[in-house]
Amino acid sequence: MAITPVAQPTESVAKWEGSVEELRGLVSDRAMTGETLLLNMGPHHPSTHGVLRLLLELDGEQIVTCMPDIGYLHTGIEKNIESKSYEKAVTLTDRMDYLSPMSNNMVYCLAVERLTGLDVPERAQAIRVICLELARIASHCVWLGTHALDMGAMSIFLYAFREREFILDMFEMLSGQRMMGSYFRPGGVWRDLVPEFMPALEKFVDFMPAKVDDYESLLVSNPIWIDRTQGIGVVEPEEALNLGLSGPTLRASGVNWDIRKAEPYSGYDRYEFDVPLGEHGDVYDRFFVRMQEFRQSIRIIKQAMKALPGGPFRSQNRKFVPPPRAELGQSMEAVIHHFKLWTEGFSAPDEEVYVSIESPRGEIGCYLHGTGGNKPRRVHFKTPSFMHISALGAMSKNHMLADLVGIVGSIDCVLGDSDR
Amino acid sequence: MGVVSSKLGNLGVVTTSLEDAINWARTGAMWPLLFGLACCAIEMMSTQASNYDLSRFGMELNRASPRQSDLIIVAGRVTRKMAPVLRQLYDQMASPKYVISMGDCASCGGVYNNYAIVQGVDEILPVDVYVAGCPPRPEQLIHGILTLQEKVKTERWADWIKG
Amino acid sequence: MNIPQALDPIASAREALDDTVLESKVFANETTLIVRRQDVARVARFLRDTSGLVYNYLSDISAVDYYPEVRGPEGDGRFAVSYHLYSMLYNRRIRLKAFLPEDDPVVPTVTVLWQAANWLEREAFDMMGIRFEGHPDMRRLLMPADWDGHPHRRDYPLGYETIMFSFNKDEINQHKPYAKKD
Repeated sequence: MAITPVAQPTESVAKWEGSVEELRGLVSDRAMTGETLLLNMGPHHPSTHGVLRLLLELDGEQIVTCMPDIGYLHTGIEKNIESKSYEKAVTLTDRMDYLSPMSNNMVYCLAVERLTGLDVPERAQAIRVICLELARIASHCVWLGTHALDMGAMSIFLYAFREREFILDMFEMLSGQRMMGSYFRPGGVWRDLVPEFMPALEKFVDFMPAKVDDYESLLVSNPIWIDRTQGIGVVEPEEALNLGLSGPTLRASGVNWDIRKAEPYSGYDRYEFDVPLGEHGDVYDRFFVRMQEFRQSIRIIKQAMKALPGGPFRSQNRKFVPPPRAELGQSMEAVIHHFKLWTEGFSAPDEEVYVSIESPRGEIGCYLHGTGGNKPRRVHFKTPSFMHISALGAMSKNHMLADLVGIVGSIDCVLGDSDR
Repeated sequence: MGVVSSKLGNLGVVTTSLEDAINWARTGAMWPLLFGLACCAIEMMSTQASNYDLSRFGMELNRASPRQSDLIIVAGRVTRKMAPVLRQLYDQMASPKYVISMGDCASCGGVYNNYAIVQGVDEILPVDVYVAGCPPRPEQLIHGILTLQEKVKTERWADWIKG
Repeated sequence: MNIPQALDPIASAREALDDTVLESKVFANETTLIVRRQDVARVARFLRDTSGLVYNYLSDISAVDYYPEVRGPEGDGRFAVSYHLYSMLYNRRIRLKAFLPEDDPVVPTVTVLWQAANWLEREAFDMMGIRFEGHPDMRRLLMPADWDGHPHRRDYPLGYETIMFSFNKDEINQHKPYAKKD
């Protein structure tokens, strides 16, 4: 029995002529005789949230083996960053996890700051927290919309995107771009909050809780939704840790690990919030945990808004952060710093750091190795989607094919995040 | 297109050329392929969602099968691993078929000038409209789609035969 | 719950596994243990299973290429593999690092300890060409199966598109047969 080749078409690209023999040891022996069916799902498939390819071994409608295949969006971002100076690379990190570009900016900036020992003023930290939580809400909106859409609930997609547009408008106020703002820079943020941002944010935190209630009322008590999610894709806590899960997917299994609490960065220890936990580790609990995170994020934003400190919005260390425009006309030193930073950039020691933060999807980590010069030797991102997709095989074992769609949706994978 | 006031009772008769009639039908119900690659796909989703509502232009129906779609919006970076798949999807589409290259990465490689990315989707597909931006705003995509519709309206009989 | 007293990872590793820990250093509050490559799995098991350490979560496996330099205690390490472990009980991290020579970049797998290592090791193999001995499924992960070379090595070219000028316009357009449709 032949496997459907994924790649084929133009003469310039070699045809993939796979045979079942190549998969010996990876699939069960029954596949070798053709007793079970090998099915290719993706990379173009509506329910895989991007270009994820799943090679399935099916016994009737039951999944025997699920082998994810990624790399269809491998962009070489890590390699590209090696050829850029530290500050220029921020734009590239945006495009990894494109549902929450702010978290990628954050983890990269934190790594650079730790490597160089750069300080971040309190105002910048608070602004970052507000943006990160807004990004979390925006990301969860997309997750909710697409996840529900996959499971057959169309209307919630339209509602969730309506609220997301409001957040994107706020990001546009701050950074000039809806999605890829590159708003965080090593040492702070690009510019201070614009005057119209705070009123918009106040409006947002006022209306958003009611919208979250709306989403919940559409799904939580919906019998179809419950039937399709409860008891599906169960992961036990020990197994979850062993598989390297993190974020809401791990917390749905009942493991209380939130990096915002465990290793607070950017002043998260100043805010009060709860870490919602699930009990069963199934698709429903992952949904439930993320729905609670909406509310916790709003709670954090409210506190950060109220206690927004004054002062500079980026570090005053002129060796790393360019001087404001106004200084250039008055100070020769400022001109020199400006010139140095925009031609050569700053340099970082020949050391290595590993920083991780809590992105909407889980632990996103940045391993940064300097050279002593102005470019990094190696950047490596540990991304939550990567780990979660690798766990798909364990999660979907012995489930029905139709449930796989729900499981893929519930781990909230972003292929740009996993492939980089 | 000319409207002739008819002498046949109240029935109106429209005389037009076959080209115009078909082109009109093609622009009004152009079904895109449900296909997203990267960041631009999210903006494409925004375009179809409540705020920008692409169904105003007869395009709300995304078909998941290439055989039922007229338009492929290449939304995002095309990698060397993905390129054959994309070409296969294009080959499976029934003629007439159109391609919009959405975003800088699909149009020219964008910021990724490196080993993994195809430097412009026009290396593998004939592109009709390029939409710039990283990612383009929904308004930009809508403008690209309207540009494509203008282009389709001016298509001639001879072009169809060429394919 | 009775939580055992936290141990100092460097001292206890030195004590229990006398000659495996070659070096240790602390930079920016991050502890690094440098071990011989053949001992990686043994030390990782020690760090995971010893009461008082319990580094039970594998965060990341990153490989780094020092080309054209060679580094490490034995002076032949072109590559290095770093295992970032996290202890949920004591809320601290440690980095386990091993240097690998250019001609034989092989290191024992830790997939027996953490299933999470499976794809991380495959990625390191794909991108850096580091082989993990005993790994159940050592195939390429991100690049196509027939790809040449390991792209994240320092001696692998980044690759680029030639900028189009009037003198090389025709040459570039040859790569883009569909670009000039009209």
